[in-house]
Amino acid sequence: MTDMTSSDASQTARLPNGAGSAAILATGIGSFTMAVLAILGDQSPAIKKLLIFYGPTGPLSGVTTTAIAIWLLSWAVLDIAWKRRDVTGVIVPVSLCLLAIGFLLMFPPIGDLF
Amino acid sequence: MEITSRALWTLIHGMGFGVLYLMACSGVLVELYRRCIPRSPSVAPNDGPFLKVYLILMSLLAWLAVLSGTYIVYPWYRAIPPAGTTDLTGFPQKLLMSHPNTIEWHSLGMEWKEHVAWLVPITITMAAAVVTRYGTELRNHPKLRSAVLGAVLFSFTSSAIAGFWGAMIDKSAPVEGGRTITVMKGTVR
Repeated sequence: MTDMTSSDASQTARLPNGAGSAAILATGIGSFTMAVLAILGDQSPAIKKLLIFYGPTGPLSGVTTTAIAIWLLSWAVLDIAWKRRDVTGVIVPVSLCLLAIGFLLMFPPIGDLF
Repeated sequence: MEITSRALWTLIHGMGFGVLYLMACSGVLVELYRRCIPRSPSVAPNDGPFLKVYLILMSLLAWLAVLSGTYIVYPWYRAIPPAGTTDLTGFPQKLLMSHPNTIEWHSLGMEWKEHVAWLVPITITMAAAVVTRYGTELRNHPKLRSAVLGAVLFSFTSSAIAGFWGAMIDKSAPVEGGRTITVMKGTVR
């Protein structure tokens, strides 16, 4: 039983950090994109109109659908590129910074500065 | 005892999916923090599947909350009243915007809530995916583990902001209308 556990652990210990880093960076990209799209939609009537994917919900439908699509696409691309290797440790702080910037930009008094 | 169909959907969105999600957050934060502490007491190898299922269920709740909010409740909130309408009761956004004392509930509260709420499913889905993929191996990746904990903290904060504003906005200008559902009939005493 103990042997099996340590054998499993040694097999899983070979997992590189690439897949996890890809998921985390994609989250940062998706959040940042959503904030930027929300600001663009607020600032430009033409972009606002373009972002109306579903009339009753208005531009929010386009902002969220586009950001979700970019999040999933970037996740898929990064995962394919990184899943079998270790990537530099700077990816995680960069991702959390993108997430934090996206979060802050969504606060209207900050988003309205642009 | 009656409730309108729109109020019922608002209840399902906020009190059902939203509040349940917020309550679940405290559990996952404690569990992830416990796994982050070096030499933490007894994180048993068979704890893994529970955390994975827990995070997957939280992701499901988060997606149900934002999708029901954005595509079912929000269109009722932002409905445009026909020209000449003086009673704005059925048009919450316009009702809030019609008075300087209530306009900020929309221009600050709803404008913030409608976007920040979408960070919740994105971050918790990432956390669920990383925990599912790495399992107990996450112990050997301190940066990934910290990132997952950080993302869950963002998720919790975002859901708390969305929940707070949602409750306050619905208190000031409730989403009402649609079919009336009789829950219970009482007698007048």
